[in-house]
Amino acid sequence: MASMSKADIGRILARQGILIAFAVFIIGFTLANERFLSPDNVMGVIRSSAILGVMALGVTFVVISGNLDLSVGSMMSFSTIVVLDLHDKIGPALAIPAMFAMTLCLGAFIGFLVGYLKLNSLIVTLGMLSAIHGLTLTYSGGQNMDIVDKEGTWFGVFGQGSALGIPVPILIFVALAALLGIVLAKTPFGRKVYAVGGNGTAATFSGIKRARVVFLCYVMSAFCVATAGLIQASRSLGSQNTVGQGLELDVLAAVILGGASLLGGSGTIFKTVIGVLILGFIQNGLLLVGLQFYVQFVVTWVIIILAVWLDIAAKRGKLWSNIA
Amino acid sequence: MTDKTPALRLEGIVKTFPGVRALDGVSFSVMPGEVHALMGENGAGKSTLMKVLGGIYQPEEGQIIVEEMPTVMTSPLQAKSKGIVFIHQELSLAEELTVAENIYLGELPRRSFGRVDWAKLYAQTDAILEKLKVGFNAKTIVGDLSIANQQMVEIARALTVDAKAVIFDEPTASLTDAEKVVLFDVISDLQSQGVGIIYISHRMEEIFKITDRISVLRDGSYRGTLETRATNEEEVTQLMIGRALDLSRNVSHHEMGDIALEVRGLSCGDLFKDVSFEVRRGEVLGFYGLVGAGRTEIAETLFGLRDPSAGTILLDGEEVRISSPADAIGKGISLVPEDRKGQGLVLGMNCRDNMTLPQVGNLSSGPFVATGAETDIFEKYKEKLDIRTPGWKQTVGNLSGGNQQKIVIGKWLSMHPKVLIVDEPTRGIDVGSKSEIHNLIRELAAQGYAVIVVSSEMPEVLHVSDRIVAMFSGKVMRTFTSEEVTEENLIQAISGIAATDKVA
Amino acid sequence: MEAGKLSKFLKNGAIWGFIVLELIFFSVAGEFLSLSDKAFMDADNMLLLLKQSAPIGIIAMGMTIIMVNGNIDLSVGAIFALSAVILLDSMTWEVFAGLGDWVIPVSWGLALLTGIVLGAINGLIVWKTGVDAFIVTLGSMLGFRGLVFMYNGENPTSSLNWTLVDFAEAQFLGLHTATWFLAVVTLVIWYVMTRTVHGRNAYAIGDNREAAVNAGIKVGPHMLINFMIIGFLAALSAVVFYSESGSVNPNDGQLYELWVITAVVLGGTKLTGGSGSIISTLGGVLAIQLLRKGLGHIGADTSTVNLVIGLILIAVLFLDRQLNTKGKEELKI
Repeated sequence: MASMSKADIGRILARQGILIAFAVFIIGFTLANERFLSPDNVMGVIRSSAILGVMALGVTFVVISGNLDLSVGSMMSFSTIVVLDLHDKIGPALAIPAMFAMTLCLGAFIGFLVGYLKLNSLIVTLGMLSAIHGLTLTYSGGQNMDIVDKEGTWFGVFGQGSALGIPVPILIFVALAALLGIVLAKTPFGRKVYAVGGNGTAATFSGIKRARVVFLCYVMSAFCVATAGLIQASRSLGSQNTVGQGLELDVLAAVILGGASLLGGSGTIFKTVIGVLILGFIQNGLLLVGLQFYVQFVVTWVIIILAVWLDIAAKRGKLWSNIA
Repeated sequence: MTDKTPALRLEGIVKTFPGVRALDGVSFSVMPGEVHALMGENGAGKSTLMKVLGGIYQPEEGQIIVEEMPTVMTSPLQAKSKGIVFIHQELSLAEELTVAENIYLGELPRRSFGRVDWAKLYAQTDAILEKLKVGFNAKTIVGDLSIANQQMVEIARALTVDAKAVIFDEPTASLTDAEKVVLFDVISDLQSQGVGIIYISHRMEEIFKITDRISVLRDGSYRGTLETRATNEEEVTQLMIGRALDLSRNVSHHEMGDIALEVRGLSCGDLFKDVSFEVRRGEVLGFYGLVGAGRTEIAETLFGLRDPSAGTILLDGEEVRISSPADAIGKGISLVPEDRKGQGLVLGMNCRDNMTLPQVGNLSSGPFVATGAETDIFEKYKEKLDIRTPGWKQTVGNLSGGNQQKIVIGKWLSMHPKVLIVDEPTRGIDVGSKSEIHNLIRELAAQGYAVIVVSSEMPEVLHVSDRIVAMFSGKVMRTFTSEEVTEENLIQAISGIAATDKVA
Repeated sequence: MEAGKLSKFLKNGAIWGFIVLELIFFSVAGEFLSLSDKAFMDADNMLLLLKQSAPIGIIAMGMTIIMVNGNIDLSVGAIFALSAVILLDSMTWEVFAGLGDWVIPVSWGLALLTGIVLGAINGLIVWKTGVDAFIVTLGSMLGFRGLVFMYNGENPTSSLNWTLVDFAEAQFLGLHTATWFLAVVTLVIWYVMTRTVHGRNAYAIGDNREAAVNAGIKVGPHMLINFMIIGFLAALSAVVFYSESGSVNPNDGQLYELWVITAVVLGGTKLTGGSGSIISTLGGVLAIQLLRKGLGHIGADTSTVNLVIGLILIAVLFLDRQLNTKGKEELKI
């Protein structure tokens, strides 16, 4: 019996491992630098995580439906560049909807390829990563994009403004997370996303239109990307055309840290938000204790592997794999 | 036979899992040159016993004795080296590789620097293939072979060692009749070479055709061994389930309603041609035929999963086009598919959500899913169908096959379809739950549903159907009423012997 | 049977057909659009093309093994960069100061060892933890890149050795050093995949892992070896490339995984494992390089190359699917 309870403890440790590790980090960083848990710093972390977080919300839908999206980084560059360019051409009030429309078209294209044509999502989005990058470069002529009259526009409100003392990016992130969290957990569409990711064939045999569900997941992902691009553009009112490069990996890391299985069918918006915050606080903590930004690459690596490892170890009931 | 030493003997094997005594002192033996059937309901302990034999589980008590030598098994590979070989139900072949590479998988002959000795590999393979008298050679890519020939490759694997005993686990599950004949020939060859055969199957006709003795397991314990020649199906069944099984014909008669579904001249490529039939409310129409006769494909076409190339479908007398499962469901046609785990259920989802999946879009209050209504539906059908589960939150993957099937049936009943199609209603389900599901199907008909049952088990179609459509190679050969049908004329019809049915 | 053989032939030959099409297209289009007077199919141009294919090509051979085995490796670009840093930095180490030009083989050895060790780390994690290779190498793609930065901050690492440059720029029988490396690697890996027990087992594992395990094939060590091979090849690719250029930026090798995977998929290797050919991968590598070069030849810039490569990758996937569907009789799921 003693061994049973020991195994149980191990299982609990493994299940909650990521939260425990997170707590240890927080305590460690707080001891190392008392500023770490100050309201200012906490707000700062959430604010700087907002762009990543908003993108991760959409990718959560895609991953739960059993697919991948590696194109969100270059798609975000695209949105940012487009909205900045149109800002000076047709004004912010028209630029924003136009940018959303264009980004949604890209999402719809991917959704069509993966959903209706049933092509492998890893390769399709890898191809789109490259293609959209090329599109952005062509669009911008390889130049960085800047708003000419930075003082005279209200466009900065999405990235720099605040309401009730809370920065707007945080408000957008929280509102979108709440909205999409409810969509995923409470609506028929959310249920269908889980069914399609859990067993797409069985979902089809139950009359669910799998292609449409997958399509909509990619459109939602594109919507989130467009929102992230809007925040990014508004924050700096100018941008390099590679601003989102590599973000797809951070986004995926956050979703995986949150515990969504890449096989589909599991994960929640809440868990993804936790994953985003863990990444954000660790990056911030490392910077606060005086380490260079690239140390976070190595730490993120270790954390991702540990998180996924502990998760599957808990499921199989032992630490090491059964691979001979 | 008694004067020889057994090829393989098991003595008092005990294996327990937390809370379960999975094997409770099982003993039996296989003689050289004997075909010994091992029977039992699902969960009776057959697969646990095989895992003990293959060294995947270690027994707490008892011995495995190979030709008088007590042996400890540590892995399937080591068991093979002792002459105990398994032919699994699911083929385990690498389809992109050649026959030779598959036969010697894991044991490719080597030359220096880890190079493959191809000459030796092909020579050894050809020698084995010659013994089996097969129509392919060592260099054929396995993926290009038929299922039956792939099974021959599996069997050829068994012959790479000096096999003492070969264990066949449901080998005929996906074979046609002609292919079965070839398989039985090979088994009888092995037999004549003095190899002991353990033959695991649910199919009585096969067991009585090819085995010498039958051993029965029930609830993890050994229930006895019968001489095949001196026993009959009833006796074996009784041993297996502890009571007699109803193998009778459907005799119930009740009032039938109007024609719910009528199909005229339906064709789909080469899969089936010019199929016509009708089902009335309150009627169970059975579809019987060999694997590949086109039964499942008709069901899939009616459910919108295939596009027919010709023909018309009439629901309640009105012509309809069914373009997708969603479309079919909307028009009142439901399908309980043949592959329960692959097509019927989302195994990681809970019982309730699986049951309400097709109607989740309609069960909403405002933009949200009405979970209360969902739970009500689940509880109602849990009681109605006697689904044994601790509660709706239980993950479906944890239920037994019979209860899983009831969830799938409940899924459709809760939507009150006009036509319910059930494909292989009891595949992989134990004998006890089988008759429950049969009774359920009869009951549904009595309640006025039009039911189509597709099955490859003759007792099943005989037992539940009011009329039986016999199919052969994509064509309807004849439609029988339950008065007309006999085992003989049904077998003739599905073997293509009888003349094609004249469509009225 | 006959129809099956024909479609197989078409599939295997498709990549070479595509290459011929590219050659024709760029030669003709070049006549009208080219910025230079030189013909596209100029011998020097083609030799240069082979040389430029080498860095991606050498890694792609390793990726073919990894993908045939049923895994994927996203960390090759980072391994490439870290090996390059070790290669160039170790040439300036004090301990080797007395070696003269003999430092070259020592540095090569160190760089290759780095690749093997990084590959082994990936392989061991995949083997021992059971975490999917996609996630493991996604992580180490970040982690290894972090190590590159930690080594020398954001500064480039440089060391130009003229003996090395001469060697790298040499031509033997008309082919550049890098081309020879690509040719030898292709031959060796082809031999390993088609003629050795390790290679055949790699196919078996990718094709039907359970069957391979049941047959006693040790899946873990095979995966480990394959990850070590791709690590070695990523390092070899760095050795070939940086011997000539002599300077590495910490961001070098980014997106290499994209190019490499594109080449392998173009060559027809199945994503799910079990099927793929080294020779077709070589075709995929050449096709991509031709495209990059050809688009440059007719005056398109990098942005167009990115766009076209991405769309071609998707188009190949689409064509592959169309070729493999059975048409109307297929189940609509």
